[in-house]
Amino acid sequence: MSALAQVGYVARRSVLRTARQPANIIFPFVFPTALLAVTSAGLSPATKIPGFPTDSFLAFFLAFPFIQGALFATMNAGTDLARDIQSGFLNRLALTPLHGGALIVGQLGGIAVLAFVQNCYYLAVGLIVGVRLESGIVGAIVLLILATGVAIAFGALGAFFALRTGSGEAVQGLFPLLFVGLFLSSMNLPRNLIETDWFRIVATFNPISYLIEGLRSLIIAGWDWEALGLAFGFAAVLAGASMVLASWALRLRLTRT
Amino acid sequence: MADAHGIEAEELVRTFKGDIRAVDGIDLRVEPGEIYGFLGPNGAGKSTTVHMLTTLLPPTSGTARVAGFDIVKEGPKVRSSIGAALQEAALDNLLTGREHLNLQCALHGIPRSERRARSQELLERVGLTLAADRKVGGYSGGMKRRLDLALALAHRPTILFLDEPTTGLDVQSRSALWAEVARLARDDGVTIFLTTQYLEEADALADRVGIIDHGQIVAEGTPAQLKAQIGRPTVEAVPADGSTPEAIARILEQFGEPTGGSPKGVAVRLEHGVEDLAGIIRALDAEGIKLENLELHAPSLDDVFLAKTGRSLEGAAEEEEAEAEA
Repeated sequence: MSALAQVGYVARRSVLRTARQPANIIFPFVFPTALLAVTSAGLSPATKIPGFPTDSFLAFFLAFPFIQGALFATMNAGTDLARDIQSGFLNRLALTPLHGGALIVGQLGGIAVLAFVQNCYYLAVGLIVGVRLESGIVGAIVLLILATGVAIAFGALGAFFALRTGSGEAVQGLFPLLFVGLFLSSMNLPRNLIETDWFRIVATFNPISYLIEGLRSLIIAGWDWEALGLAFGFAAVLAGASMVLASWALRLRLTRT
Repeated sequence: MADAHGIEAEELVRTFKGDIRAVDGIDLRVEPGEIYGFLGPNGAGKSTTVHMLTTLLPPTSGTARVAGFDIVKEGPKVRSSIGAALQEAALDNLLTGREHLNLQCALHGIPRSERRARSQELLERVGLTLAADRKVGGYSGGMKRRLDLALALAHRPTILFLDEPTTGLDVQSRSALWAEVARLARDDGVTIFLTTQYLEEADALADRVGIIDHGQIVAEGTPAQLKAQIGRPTVEAVPADGSTPEAIARILEQFGEPTGGSPKGVAVRLEHGVEDLAGIIRALDAEGIKLENLELHAPSLDDVFLAKTGRSLEGAAEEEEAEAEA
């Protein structure tokens, strides 16, 4: 059986598992959109700041749900894998001809499907409340690809933590940490308008800023190749590094001969 | 070289951090079609041995061949020949029984056209047809164990490893599982390596038994052979009100060496066998000792365990658990 078919079987299981856990569906859909509504309403005067790149804070902030949704993907991918380790299901899989790489990629495939559906939902919410994508329909497709890629990257990070620690609790502990990282980014303001020096410096060195700015550029600026290049670049580096780490952790975890 | 359906291990050792020798030089040979009972208390090294023989854990030293393949150098070939139901019924509570079987069949490369029929056949065999489309989270312990067994059989393995398959099951579920395990060996010729901490399970199912303690096999043979090594029966007397265990022990010890009995009773292994019984009754009567109960026990595997290790199997399990907690 080909590795691709194995990936398909594992991904199908991952999707089924997620679909059967209401919490895994509800939270990624409700929380990001609720925060989008609350924050947009509260911070809309920020658009009056000279140099603010758009007159719609809703459009500016629409990139946020995509990243928060990706963080939920981290937790889902990680906790599912950790549960497999704790229950011994990973050993069951290890006794089949399943390729180790197919296990990780399949798990992430399931996450990608969920993330894609989430991202379509966030985009639809944005369009319904009046946000207009400056990059047009092609931009919407690129936005979905980038956001799903970011979810895969964070999902791989969750998988690495799960495989290294074997603990769902440890993976859940990662979520607040990443959430802090999200708040210390250019989530609420463009970096050049952040007046507090330390915050601006942290946001500048924070890769999440560039992921957000890439998504945001498609919504409010059109085709900003530099922002897109940085976003795709950071997503690729994060995904690549996380996959390498996850593969290494899987090798340590699966001691089968 | 081990037969294509057999298991052979030489000087198998597995150590863990802290120089803990979980398995300490095991030699064993399991013949094709045989049910081999691997009996021992918790922490004796049973599961570690199974993990090595199923290729999930590389041995620290020693060699083993399963189905004719080396467990270190030919792991994938070993895995394609064996089925395993490990200690924990490793199932996904969110999937149905049928989905588990379909996934297992798919990952073992069973063609799509055969998968549905194979899954249905296995569900029928383990009596889960009605529950097949329910999520496993709602299954009882016995149902989970039966599904676990069905999953281990998905790809028609010639060797089956069952790691404490009936632990925690009620009597009815245990009997059903025993019947299926016996049928697999008898009708399908499957070689079965069964670990257990239940004496009656090894006694009822196994053609041969290996007794493991502290990572070493301390006795091996058919249940009858092992019991014959002990040979002599034990007699256990429980005092009635007014009599003391000490007084009974003084008399019984004239007829054999003390051995483990019930908490209220006194037991000895008879020096000359059943013929000592009349003498015991006369001696107790002469002392005016009243008994609540007097029983003669044929040698059991627990007696074998006691004779080989100096502890009863039940006591050893408690001791191992206390050590683990410490």
